[in-house]
Amino acid sequence: MERYIQAPISKEEAAGLHSGDYVYITGTIYTARDAAHKRMYEALERGETLPLPMEGSMIYYMGPSPAREGRPIGSAGPTTASRMDKYAPSLLDLGLAGMIGKGRRSDAVREAIVRNGAVYFAAVGGAGALLSKSITKSEVVAYDDLGTEAIRKLEVENFPAIVVIDSQGNNLYDTAIKEYAEDVFGEA
Amino acid sequence: MRTIDVAEVTKNIKEMCIEANHFLARDMDKAMKQAAQDEKSPLGKQILCQLQDNLKIAGEDMIPICQDTGMAVIFMEIGQDVHLVGGSLEDAVNEGVRQGYTEGYLRKSVVGDPLIRENTKDNTPAVIHYDIVSGDGLKITVAPKGFGSENMSRVFMLKPADGIEGVKNAILTAVRHAGPNACPPMVVGVGIGGTFEKCALLAKKALARPVDERSEIPYVRDLEEEMLEKINRTGIGPGGLGGTTTALAVNINTYPTHIAGLPVAVNICCHVNRHVVRII
Repeated sequence: MERYIQAPISKEEAAGLHSGDYVYITGTIYTARDAAHKRMYEALERGETLPLPMEGSMIYYMGPSPAREGRPIGSAGPTTASRMDKYAPSLLDLGLAGMIGKGRRSDAVREAIVRNGAVYFAAVGGAGALLSKSITKSEVVAYDDLGTEAIRKLEVENFPAIVVIDSQGNNLYDTAIKEYAEDVFGEA
Repeated sequence: MRTIDVAEVTKNIKEMCIEANHFLARDMDKAMKQAAQDEKSPLGKQILCQLQDNLKIAGEDMIPICQDTGMAVIFMEIGQDVHLVGGSLEDAVNEGVRQGYTEGYLRKSVVGDPLIRENTKDNTPAVIHYDIVSGDGLKITVAPKGFGSENMSRVFMLKPADGIEGVKNAILTAVRHAGPNACPPMVVGVGIGGTFEKCALLAKKALARPVDERSEIPYVRDLEEEMLEKINRTGIGPGGLGGTTTALAVNINTYPTHIAGLPVAVNICCHVNRHVVRII
């Protein structure tokens, strides 16, 4: 089903999204990838506050290429989400409502998604030029020294993504491939 | 003896880094167009069509095809009758990468130490492989490698008794394990034989071979075709979201090996399989 949603996202709206839904996201989202997650995790361990709001927020696992003059951002596609699996449950428990990335998540992340009524979206990997067209504004809000890995606040307009793990824990990566999968291992 | 100034190398590598990250090579472009036509899954087809749009935007607006503009892997085939002048070749190669990545608005994705992890801010150093060959030519291949797929690559030290079935199983295991993480449709580079490091290099070189060029060794060509067909029946599909296009090609290189061993490396690349070749 095609859905148009707003970010940040409410618990009610997140609960209404189902694995396999094709969504267009409009609003404010944040970027963070490996190094920023490590810093946020360490900040939490020291009892400090995070540099971005968590409640209802969406984090896009993305580190852009540099913007050319007059453009908000460079190429801007998703990175592999599993590298953030170590850190994601703590953020989900603080209210993080959506993650946008690509690739599989751990059981611990899936459980934290269900526990908190959150959603994991996939954007098309390797479509960074196309996806950059849905980003209208980009501003570094923390960890500027990390370069491409800094935390950015993005304004997005009809950013296309697919619901992979919904708030009930259904996982499109498990279900979608079944339709086309054959037992090639038995033949090898 | 032919004399080449290393400044020529710098200039070419700079241009090749920028070209590789904005335009797919002819073979990859053709394979991606074909895949968009052939894919059976509606969602898979939609994703492949988006990737067509992505390639169009990348070329027209000069936005890198993928934000992961890679670690610059560079193959230098240097004729033994070439005399390089004007400074250090390694410095010249890295200067080309530095200029290409900074002036070309490419992402700087290299950390100077694997554990201290501070970004070098100019994407250097490159990973450079030198081959000394006959003649007086200089062939440069620039193949920037993204790490979503690099992280899903594997080396298997099989036993001779595992045979060709063991090799097939290793390839399928790597592909299944990679799944959606490697940004399918992928290109699968395989190295069979040699030593631990040699098979990995064979696999990396296999990725730089055009995807529409099969091995000249008959049994290897058959294996390439059989594995591609099997991989495309795993169901993984474009984006890992189901479908009949999981790989665009399986390129296999082989090399003699030891009586006790059967090394197999599977180097996986996403659909942004970049390779630009120039002969100076």
